[in-house]
Amino acid sequence: MSYIGIIITFVFINNFILTQFLGLCPFIGVSKNVESAVGMGFAVTFVMAIASISTWVIYNYILIPLDITFLQTITFILVIAALVQFVELVIQKISPALYKALGIFLPLITTNCAVLGIALINVRNNYNALESFIAGIAAGLGFLLAILLMSTIRVKLDSEWVPKPFKGIPIAFITGGLMALAFMAFDNALLNNLLG
Amino acid sequence: MVLIKILFSFISVTLIGGALGIGLAIAARMLSVKKDERVSNVEEILPGANCGACGFPGCSGYAEGIVNEDADITLCSPGGPEVLAKIAELMGKEAGDVGEKMVAQVHCRGNRDTSTYTYNYKGLNDCNAMQAMYKGDKDCKYGCLAGGSCIKVCPVDAISRDDKNRIWVDKNLCISCEKCVVVCPTGVMQMIPYSADVIVACNSLDKGGKVKKYCSVGCIGCKICEKKSAEGGFVVENFLATINYSEKGNRTGALQGCPTKCIISAEDAGLNIKTIEDKQKVDE
Repeated sequence: MSYIGIIITFVFINNFILTQFLGLCPFIGVSKNVESAVGMGFAVTFVMAIASISTWVIYNYILIPLDITFLQTITFILVIAALVQFVELVIQKISPALYKALGIFLPLITTNCAVLGIALINVRNNYNALESFIAGIAAGLGFLLAILLMSTIRVKLDSEWVPKPFKGIPIAFITGGLMALAFMAFDNALLNNLLG
Repeated sequence: MVLIKILFSFISVTLIGGALGIGLAIAARMLSVKKDERVSNVEEILPGANCGACGFPGCSGYAEGIVNEDADITLCSPGGPEVLAKIAELMGKEAGDVGEKMVAQVHCRGNRDTSTYTYNYKGLNDCNAMQAMYKGDKDCKYGCLAGGSCIKVCPVDAISRDDKNRIWVDKNLCISCEKCVVVCPTGVMQMIPYSADVIVACNSLDKGGKVKKYCSVGCIGCKICEKKSAEGGFVVENFLATINYSEKGNRTGALQGCPTKCIISAEDAGLNIKTIEDKQKVDE
């Protein structure tokens, strides 16, 4: 599959949040205002890109030669957790400003299932190194898109009248459901039409 | 075969985990950032409201500003003299004088009962949105729009609405961060000293006759307060009475003499707004 196809697939057709329902915790928890939503989105994109390339290396050069691919989940979690920790250390050293901007989000992403999800999906789709990397970035951008849309809607909802039982999280879930419905409009037919 | 596989799994996961662990330990040592202990100490002293009154991004930002950028240590208005003294001791600086604590207050008591309205506003509950619509729904273009933007922006929930849809600041909760003053589009939210005994609860610069038409509790610029409490620091300019709080004279004459009762006791301009109404009934 072409690289553009991968990007369209992961941003729109198989959007991690709105189609695959992975990583819903930050989607609801960090979407209260636009600023932190964008911060979270970029942090996830960053971690996903690095995680997908490093898990690809581990999978192809350690797990396959030893024929122990059934261990992929546990090794991926191990690698991702250590990687995020390492990235955090590096960012803290190199760019304190970025470190502050990402704040608590970076360690939180360690346990985000979307990151493990992209690693496992890359393996399932037999992507090569570059394809895995691009899939990681695209999936992160899809996450960013969804959380950005959600946060702008929620900021608007804050100043609108909402029935009392629906205030806050409930209306956010309903909104998320409607957004998921909207994203169902993107399917593989789109890909076929665009790329022939 | 199975045994070999188990062995491989065991060894590989152990090795990966061990390598990552050692790698992280080395990285943590190589990349360690030296932290100035004074920053965290100052941050502990600061109130932690993250209100932004000092102009820095939150209390941790201000703590860093004090230690690294030699920022002025008197900027924390919520902390007041206590916090200032502690920081001064820690940083070895002179405490100096902070001046009196200022608190915000709404200088308007017009509502549906007392004032006339141009139209019925049905838009966003936001004062700046109301202001964009013909400068608000009241005929008075200087008063409180009661959209509640200040209530939303207040970091300590010191601002609330009374049962007559008027908005008041509880001066005991106010931390003088001035966020409400910034967000208020009409400028009816103003800072007054904590010790202020009375306030002029009107912000209208219109002429007396015009004010009388649209608001029964507005300042008409009659200058009775100037006469009744000559020592009280009342100044009537542009048809609006203001108080110079540095004058410490007695202001009860003006309080009782004000014909439209727009001069109210600052103690009453809080949550017990009912007491004002009761007092006025007694006065009348």
